[in-house]
Amino acid sequence: MTIAAEAPSIAGLFASRRRRLTIGAALLAVVLALLAVVSLGSGAVKIAPADVVRVVTAWATGDREALAGRDALIILSIRVPRLVLGSLIGAALAVSGALMQGLFRNPLADPGLVGVSSGAALAAGFTIVLGDRIFGTVAAQLPFVLLPFGAFLGGLASTLILYAIATRHGRTSVAIMLLAGVALGAFAGALTGLLAFVSDDRQLRDLTFWSLGSLSGASWTKVATVTPLILPVLLAVPFLARGLNALLLGEAEAFHLGIPVQALKRAAILMVAVAVGASVASAGVIGFVGIVVPHLLRLLFGPDHRVLLPLAALLGAILLTGADLLARTLVAPAELPIGILTAAIGAPFFLWLLLRRDRTLDA
Amino acid sequence: MTTLLEADAVGVTYGRHRPVDGVSLALASGEVLVVVGPNGAGKTTLMKLLTGEVTPTSGQIRLDGEALATIPAWKLASQRAVMAQASRLAFPFTVAEVVRIGIDSVGRALARTARERIIAEALAAADIGHLAGRSYQTLSGGEQQRVQFARTFAQLKAGRTNTDRQVLFLDEPVANLDLSHQIALMESAARLAREGVAVIAVLHDLNLAATFADRILVMSAGRLHALGEPATVITRERVRDVFGVDLCREAEGGLPVVLPQHYAGMRLERGAA
Repeated sequence: MTIAAEAPSIAGLFASRRRRLTIGAALLAVVLALLAVVSLGSGAVKIAPADVVRVVTAWATGDREALAGRDALIILSIRVPRLVLGSLIGAALAVSGALMQGLFRNPLADPGLVGVSSGAALAAGFTIVLGDRIFGTVAAQLPFVLLPFGAFLGGLASTLILYAIATRHGRTSVAIMLLAGVALGAFAGALTGLLAFVSDDRQLRDLTFWSLGSLSGASWTKVATVTPLILPVLLAVPFLARGLNALLLGEAEAFHLGIPVQALKRAAILMVAVAVGASVASAGVIGFVGIVVPHLLRLLFGPDHRVLLPLAALLGAILLTGADLLARTLVAPAELPIGILTAAIGAPFFLWLLLRRDRTLDA
Repeated sequence: MTTLLEADAVGVTYGRHRPVDGVSLALASGEVLVVVGPNGAGKTTLMKLLTGEVTPTSGQIRLDGEALATIPAWKLASQRAVMAQASRLAFPFTVAEVVRIGIDSVGRALARTARERIIAEALAAADIGHLAGRSYQTLSGGEQQRVQFARTFAQLKAGRTNTDRQVLFLDEPVANLDLSHQIALMESAARLAREGVAVIAVLHDLNLAATFADRILVMSAGRLHALGEPATVITRERVRDVFGVDLCREAEGGLPVVLPQHYAGMRLERGAA
């Protein structure tokens, strides 16, 4: 037995936890605000940060006269919806990642991994390619309605299929769910590939957009469609934190601690389906946010879900807003698909995590 | 002494397999009951049935007069705590956090200072106060086991049920512990029993079982083989019947001392060579 060092006080250990949440939230909020100002000022028309702040303040205070100029028009009708949509989707993806990792007690789990994203993307692909043939000209009139709705249903359907496969006698097997998710993802990927094979040039461009992700279609309409789905999830997620912490000790342990385990798992799965479905519906498949954000936060602030989940929403918003800023300025006037950027940042980060993990295991 | 936990002809069937069959027992408050038996005898399954984790396919279990299956999980959590065989964590929680998670749910209504006092007491009971800030993942197997004991200890202390109506379940709690911590952990459990908690523990060391148990339950092939005071249960004949091991010595100072004949034989052989 090691010789007992001076035991740190319990109160001290937990006070630092509370302080971390406050400091973390304040820090991330400031970064998000600064990034928002830069992002709103960047693009084909450069707008000075002071002017951005002036327009946004005028908008917030309802000062209509100050909103007459060209800058105000660009900021309010093009860039703000894009910023809001990006923040919402980033928050939704990061929180979904944290939820899945808690649910699976596996730091490498991700909504993309269990086939939710690929199911949503497949349904979107079907809507693009087959929608034309089945609905004819009607589909061409209603792309904004059919596509998001299809993607959302696809995400929900794949989650429900997964849940049905993994649940026996009221218990959900995490291992089976992970493996079934990999299989479903591969199947959905194959079908999406088949769709690409039978599609024409225009449909192929749409499919590419969908599978690489982009915020270029952002509008107030899209924000209005996505907000009622994502915002309730973001607000409800902190209530799962306590249960998810207990679940990390094991399912039986969580039950012994008084957590309604099945209800918790159902709630988490439904929230992920809604958040990811809504995200894919409005911006396509954007990978790695769900892996990178929770990992980074655990390194900085520890694994407690009561700290992790709120901060994940903030950092997810920052990451996606930042990636979108790069996507639309790097090769201006053209735009990179944002999924390429998040993968370019996320995949090496992921590998670095694995290498680092290996070293700590060896030590 | 009132009967707290009661099992009446409890059994469970998985397909054609029946790991526990027709076990009846009654556990009184303040009592330490130790379950022994060979590997695969159904000890862990019996614990899972008694904790409510597994629903029996036959028989009845009552906790504090209520049918176990009808008690909601949140209420059950303040009536009994369970230390499982092994618990690993995929995330770098500190020792103090793991213990705190044990009372997050049952101790929700407690003041912060009360919660912190319970955690400090639990860390001391498991002799891990000096590890409070360490990451659980970096601990040895034995240290992790002591953290899990502290977690269950804290859960009982935070539960809003009187100690004489609480049950502590320990499934092989000393499997990875060194000799002094085996005794220390069992002493902590015995101290809880003196406060009125009923303790039921699975142990492999028959000497440790005989030292701390008020009664010993011997499981064999899913059935209750014997149940009674250590001196009457741990006998040369029964150990040979159930474990297939011959003893060279027994019953010293009122307690059975178990030393397999095989050890003595091996010593003789090595001495000769």
